[in-house]
Amino acid sequence: MYNFNYHRPTSIDEAVKQYDEAEDGQYLAGGHTLIPTMKQRLSAPTDLIDLSGIKAMQGITRSDDGAEKMLQIGALARHEEVASSPIVKSMVPVLSALAGGIGDAQVRNRGTLGGSVANCDPAADYPAAVLGLNAQLVTNRRSLDAEQFFMGMFETALDEGELLTSVHFPRPEAAAYVKFPNPASRYALVGLLVAKTNDGVRVAVTGAAPAVFRAAAMEAALTDDFSVSALDSILLPAGDMNSDMHASAEYRAHLCTVMAQRAVAAIVAQDQARARQVTSEVTSESTS
Amino acid sequence: MSAKSMSTESMSAKGSSSVTVNLKVNNKAVTETCAANTTLDELLREQLGLSGTHIGCDTSQCGSCTVHFDGRAVKACTLLVAQCEGAEITTIEGLGTADNLHPMQAAFRECHGLQCGFCTPGMIMAAVDLVHQEETLDEQKIRKGLEGNICRCTGYHNIVRAVATAAKKMRN
Ligand SMILES: Cc1cc2nc3c(=O)[nH]c(=O)nc-3n(C[C@H](O)[C@H](O)[C@H](O)COP(=O)(O)OP(=O)(O)OC[C@H]3O[C@@H](n4cnc5c(N)ncnc54)[C@H](O)[C@@H]3O)c2cc1C
Ligand code: FES
Ligand code: FES
Repeated sequence: MYNFNYHRPTSIDEAVKQYDEAEDGQYLAGGHTLIPTMKQRLSAPTDLIDLSGIKAMQGITRSDDGAEKMLQIGALARHEEVASSPIVKSMVPVLSALAGGIGDAQVRNRGTLGGSVANCDPAADYPAAVLGLNAQLVTNRRSLDAEQFFMGMFETALDEGELLTSVHFPRPEAAAYVKFPNPASRYALVGLLVAKTNDGVRVAVTGAAPAVFRAAAMEAALTDDFSVSALDSILLPAGDMNSDMHASAEYRAHLCTVMAQRAVAAIVAQDQARARQVTSEVTSESTS
Repeated sequence: MSAKSMSTESMSAKGSSSVTVNLKVNNKAVTETCAANTTLDELLREQLGLSGTHIGCDTSQCGSCTVHFDGRAVKACTLLVAQCEGAEITTIEGLGTADNLHPMQAAFRECHGLQCGFCTPGMIMAAVDLVHQEETLDEQKIRKGLEGNICRCTGYHNIVRAVATAAKKMRN
């Protein structure tokens, strides 16, 4: 790793200023992508701007303003913090399950939501939740829809020096995320997030293609009939998918259907459990 | 770059290529000035002589460099010393002594949870954090909790037994 100038700002403005003044600056969040990349000398910034002291980018809260309650997560929230947060578990439980499945315990103790989303690794887990749940991405300059944010492999709508400060998730009616993890790194070889939201069924796919995308064919089939068998005959086109030493494009396309069906099965099971709970509450009320 | 070949460039308001960091290592206050690109494992091994923290892969994969940062397991090879300002670091040397082993260390010995021993300090640090975090542990939770640690010798079975054994003792 080449040396660099180290900065630790305490405010967003200070961080952006330091970035602008640097010859070739980089923000540092959890460092669990950036530090390994710098060690391999694939990245050699002149300046590292450590975001960890910026209070305004931390914390997990519920926003009560507006008609819709949103879950607001600061960009610096570590994966473990999201996985174990009672607010996340009660509002968007799929997100806590997803964060709890990233990498390993040590990675989850350091890596952050903002770092993962800003990095836009084709195999990262969080982008599936951001796109599948129709989250809003808030930066130091503007608020972006998930649809506008992910542009391609390691490419987002963030401008040079623009800081992702928080991500706002609407509460889905029901959702599940299922991934086929790379057996060594646990990154998603293919990961599918299926959600029933107030603007319909959404299906987001990560790991399969250069960047996360929505599977329109699956969304249409599930809108007609929300069942596992509705996806039996749907195979996403392999032509758009990644092929590497871990899996061919054809195998990834096949995995998309299998993972989507597992996610749908999980949602159907959640719905049934909820229905049973309601019935037993009603029964116990009428017998008491 | 090793900590020994540290840069001596002076601090400036524009950030600095050398950093002075105050932290606690195994309950002892440490103030260290080093090149900004020094990683925590380098500080521990080369400056402080705490060679129990092993470097296996140096690429964030194997977990043999695992230490505790404010009580939580982290990979020391993937953490800059600069990020440790104010942190409390615990290494395997801070866990127990040869005469008074930590229950996790004792259980690894009792259950034959090690062969060559290279992965062991990292395994033990990760396992102690796991026991602290989880109210109950079964085999599946132990295996998932140790996904960040690779062992090339034991086949993991005795490591899982050791962690389960230690968890019982630590809770008593
Ligand atoms: C062994 C291992 C296994 C892993 N497994 C998985 C896995 O299974 N699934 C998964 O999804 N990920 C996995 N990861 C990646 C991990 O989740 C990273 O923590 C994450 O991708 C990057 O987050 P970070 O906070 O560490 O960011 P950093 O490494 O600090 O930064 C990454 C990039 O984002 C930029 N950046 C950071 N924060 C911001 C911000 N707020 N605004 C603008 N730009 C910013 C940085 O400048 C840098 O370019 C793994 C990593 C390791 C080392
Ligand atoms: S040496 Fe740090 S993870 Fe392998
Ligand atoms: S005991 Fe040899 S690597 Fe684990």
